[in-house]
Amino acid sequence: MALRPEQVKALIAKVMDTRDQEMTCDACMADLAAFVEVQLTGKPLSAALQAVHEHLERCHDCADEYHVLRQALAALAEDEGR
Amino acid sequence: MPMHAPRENASWIRDLRACGPVQAEAITDLRGLLLRGLAKSFQARGDTDQAFVEDVVQQALVHILDHLDQFQGRSRFTTWAMAIAVRLAMSALRRKRWQDVSLEKMTAPSEGAPAWDTDDTTSPAQHAEQHAIVETLSRLIHETLTEKQWMALTAELSGMPLEEIAHRMGSNVNAVYKLLHDARQRLKHGLATAGYTAEDIRSAFP
Repeated sequence: MALRPEQVKALIAKVMDTRDQEMTCDACMADLAAFVEVQLTGKPLSAALQAVHEHLERCHDCADEYHVLRQALAALAEDEGR
Repeated sequence: MPMHAPRENASWIRDLRACGPVQAEAITDLRGLLLRGLAKSFQARGDTDQAFVEDVVQQALVHILDHLDQFQGRSRFTTWAMAIAVRLAMSALRRKRWQDVSLEKMTAPSEGAPAWDTDDTTSPAQHAEQHAIVETLSRLIHETLTEKQWMALTAELSGMPLEEIAHRMGSNVNAVYKLLHDARQRLKHGLATAGYTAEDIRSAFP
């Protein structure tokens, strides 16, 4: 199985987006709750939470968890507002 | 539902560490909150049911009670707890979805890859540049990546979650992320050494 053209493009994009220092998934998860809370309030991100934002742009698994967590918290906030 | 003010972080920790009815009530409250949040967020996905959500919440409660000392107070306690439940749920869903897919099936041999076909939207000059970059990339993959790195990279490009790649490699997500990061760095460095600037690559692959 060779890479399909869209996979080649994705690989090139990933390679060019690579930073010398990148946050790992565990480090991202440790700050994900704080990150979501800041996102939901619309406040600016601290440097530490900016690293979470960058990790979420690179890591599909963590981004998936972020979206589900955000939905869950938004649903609870909606319940509390009723 | 009990009519009392929402607990602060310290109250959650204190009550969950307590014994008897105080702890039981805190667990019931936390369970209800996790169930409501997860049920709503998974409602739209269509790949889960109430039994799945209840099972995940039960696992999450056990995990949370065992790891209360890891809560560092950087968020609300309930957000931290929900993040744990979400992680367990997503992990279970990934495992279920990928259980019959082997790593070998998701990976490409490094010798022949990557291939590049013409794209109708590109000019002849751009196409030639794309070909040259992909040829360099192929050489770099062959010369600088380990088999393990290439296997993980192609599995990731095929959509396999890192957790599943890690599971099949007998590793963990952090180690696989680092393996992939090192592979990407080698390829990026190789492209730069071959004379390609970031701008060259961006204009060839807009």
